[in-house]
Amino acid sequence: MQPLLQLENVRFHYPAEEDTVPEEVVKGVSLTVNRGELVAVLGHNGSGKSTLAKMCNGILLPTEGRVLVDGMDTAHEERLQEIRRRVGMVFQNPDNQIVATIVEEDVAFALENMGVPQPEMRQRVDEALKAVHMYDYRNHAPHQLSGGQKQRVAIAGIIAMRPECIVMDEPTAMLDPHGRGQVMRTIRKLNREFGITVLLITHEMDEAAQCDRVVVVDHGTIRMDDTPRNVFARVAEMKEIGLDVPQVTELAELLRQGGYPLDSHIITEEECVAALYQLLKGRETIGADS
Amino acid sequence: MPILEAQELTYTYSIGSPFEKTAVDRMNLQIEQGEFVGIIGHTGSGKSTLMQMLNGLLKPTSGKVLLDGKDIWEKKADRRQVRFQVGLVFQYPEYQLFEETVYRDIAFGPKNMGLSEEEIDRRVRQTAEIVGLREELLEKAPYALSGGQKRRVAIAGVMAMEPKVLILDEPTAGLDPKGRVQILERLSQYHKRTGCTILLVSHSMEDVAKYASRLLVLRGGRAACYDAPANVFSRKEELEEMGLALPQITRVFAALREKGIVFPEEVYTVKYGAAMLLERLRGGGSSC
Amino acid sequence: MLKDITLGQYFPMDSVVHRMDARFKIIITMLYLVMLFLGQRIYCLLAGLLFTVTVTVCSKIPAKMILKSIKPIVPILMVTGLLNLLLLDGGDVLWQWKFLRITTEGIQTSVFMVVRICLLIAGTSLLTYTTSPITLTDAIEHLLSPLKKLKMPVHELAMMMTIALRFIPTLIEETDKIMAAQKARGADMESGNLLQRAHALVPILIPLFVSAFRRAEELALAMECRCYHGGEGRTRLRIMQSGARDYIALSLMLLLFAAVILLNTLM
Repeated sequence: MQPLLQLENVRFHYPAEEDTVPEEVVKGVSLTVNRGELVAVLGHNGSGKSTLAKMCNGILLPTEGRVLVDGMDTAHEERLQEIRRRVGMVFQNPDNQIVATIVEEDVAFALENMGVPQPEMRQRVDEALKAVHMYDYRNHAPHQLSGGQKQRVAIAGIIAMRPECIVMDEPTAMLDPHGRGQVMRTIRKLNREFGITVLLITHEMDEAAQCDRVVVVDHGTIRMDDTPRNVFARVAEMKEIGLDVPQVTELAELLRQGGYPLDSHIITEEECVAALYQLLKGRETIGADS
Repeated sequence: MPILEAQELTYTYSIGSPFEKTAVDRMNLQIEQGEFVGIIGHTGSGKSTLMQMLNGLLKPTSGKVLLDGKDIWEKKADRRQVRFQVGLVFQYPEYQLFEETVYRDIAFGPKNMGLSEEEIDRRVRQTAEIVGLREELLEKAPYALSGGQKRRVAIAGVMAMEPKVLILDEPTAGLDPKGRVQILERLSQYHKRTGCTILLVSHSMEDVAKYASRLLVLRGGRAACYDAPANVFSRKEELEEMGLALPQITRVFAALREKGIVFPEEVYTVKYGAAMLLERLRGGGSSC
Repeated sequence: MLKDITLGQYFPMDSVVHRMDARFKIIITMLYLVMLFLGQRIYCLLAGLLFTVTVTVCSKIPAKMILKSIKPIVPILMVTGLLNLLLLDGGDVLWQWKFLRITTEGIQTSVFMVVRICLLIAGTSLLTYTTSPITLTDAIEHLLSPLKKLKMPVHELAMMMTIALRFIPTLIEETDKIMAAQKARGADMESGNLLQRAHALVPILIPLFVSAFRRAEELALAMECRCYHGGEGRTRLRIMQSGARDYIALSLMLLLFAAVILLNTLM
């Protein structure tokens, strides 16, 4: 089957002023995303990850290389609406992507633009709101909602389009831990239950740890593309890039440096507790035997 | 005498309307000179209201704020002077930058204090250095800077007033891990160097655990606890009930304790945790 | 301070008036306003009062809210009332001091003017209280749609209005925040002469504009991502539906209007 999203040797630079050499933001990226994947794109600020995201639905066009969505080249203007319908986008600031003054009207916005007939629209809006657990708030004004709730409304506005893929550009960066949890649960649900492919741009390692695959972007190139486990095992490299690893991974690394053979693939608390328990108990039993 | 004190401090929004809400409720608090206080609490726990009362931006509905033992809302008190002494950095402070150059923006506060040109110049250069802004950036326009740099300019703008107490509302929000560490490290150095009092509001338990000497946990407009980090983190159930997550490392050690492996002290930083484990492992090995 | 303004505020409730077709509500309100302006005598105010009271009762909006809508214009009312009271000639003179005098005519006119303004505001407030801004915009778009043939950008205007309505609370909040932040840096906005005060606004206006532009840019991007391409081929979630109740209401209003005009010409 054709992959959903294909970036082929993509390069990008913003138009430069006269007499200057433009600085490339994306320097030759090739990436394939298949249907149903939950992919985290990790990178520090200015690594080019947001630019990459904006190329996925033709908001930006690569200066070199090409981006294919379901086989359609984003450079073909006449396919653009179709591409945007298939690849939805959610941005960082929930305030700046809500257009209407009432929640359900905002969720309907894309459908109105697509010319969906009213009875079907009603049904799709309700479904989308229920999917993000915001149905009870359908008649609220956006400014009455918390950050996490607003972000879920923005997500509902996208899933009402029934996209195949959602690209999320740091959707939790402006939220408090509570809102973050809400949004992350919603994202995972969309992926697991509705089979929507998600490209989650983030710099939160605990969010990346919840994905199937982590792509690490640094200075406009892909540095790593692997499972979260394998990515976080490279503690030193991650730190050098300016990213973090879960505290438990770091702890395991410090113990390994201290000469104790802990698994480098520890990324969850449970794994860490189990490994430490074994290590410590092992010591005690040896101690007791001798 | 504590440098900053709240006595029965209360603030109620929209009194008399159906939206009436008490954001801060009879709070008592004493902050000692030189302390680095981490403030944690949910959105809506009264954090921002408390902060704005502590530097005289909001007038308490009832109760008092004492700075150096003096009531800041006393008739003769000059609130502007209070604001110079209790510096407040809002969330996403880079959005308030407005001057043409970084230099002038940092100088805005000191200029409002009516300082001499030389003194302003000294302060601007000094704080720029403290927050890690290179000399050549000073003449640049703020919008030409990166997000993290803009944030540091805004923080420097408040630091340059050389307040006795510096309050920061989530200074690392929205930054990447590197940017976060940079700001927190700089802040920690500033604290050590000047000995001023710092109040840091943060959502990250990991961050406050690493830097704060005391933690203030807010809940429903009240101080749920105000204590040393180790003592606060030992109240695991209480914190979790408030929906506040302990640092991951602390949770790991709590799980070990439940399994019967007890460490004498509460662990809340990775380095300390690793050191404790290594000591135990090596100690256990050598004892046999 | 900015939060006290109730004009343009929506008061969601379930009532006959809320459910009415917004297009009809706008037309009725227009007729009501014209009626108030045309009517020269007390019966016109009585008709207005009758209208306001009936609609208020039917809409289940608490009377307190109506009074609240009048509150911000109290200074205007006072000035209008006083000017009419003190400067108008005609009728018996009741009191005089230099060029100021109170006459029976003056009292009549000033009361008439004040009541008329109150009714004007109350009537328009009722429209906005019972109609969500977005429906209102929709209705205006519908009513103006014949102008599309004259190449008037009706959809674009309506969209601009919607976005403005959406961002008013956001920008008010932001202004408060920027003001607080600059005050925390010692900005002095309360003292000094007019020029100094105007100058003190710079640290507030610049960040506010910068932020508004940033928001506009991000919003445009988000709209593009959601397939926005102008008004062509758009469908709407809310369909404007008119029913018997709308025609009845309009007929009643026309009757009232005709009665006032008739009395106007007869007397």
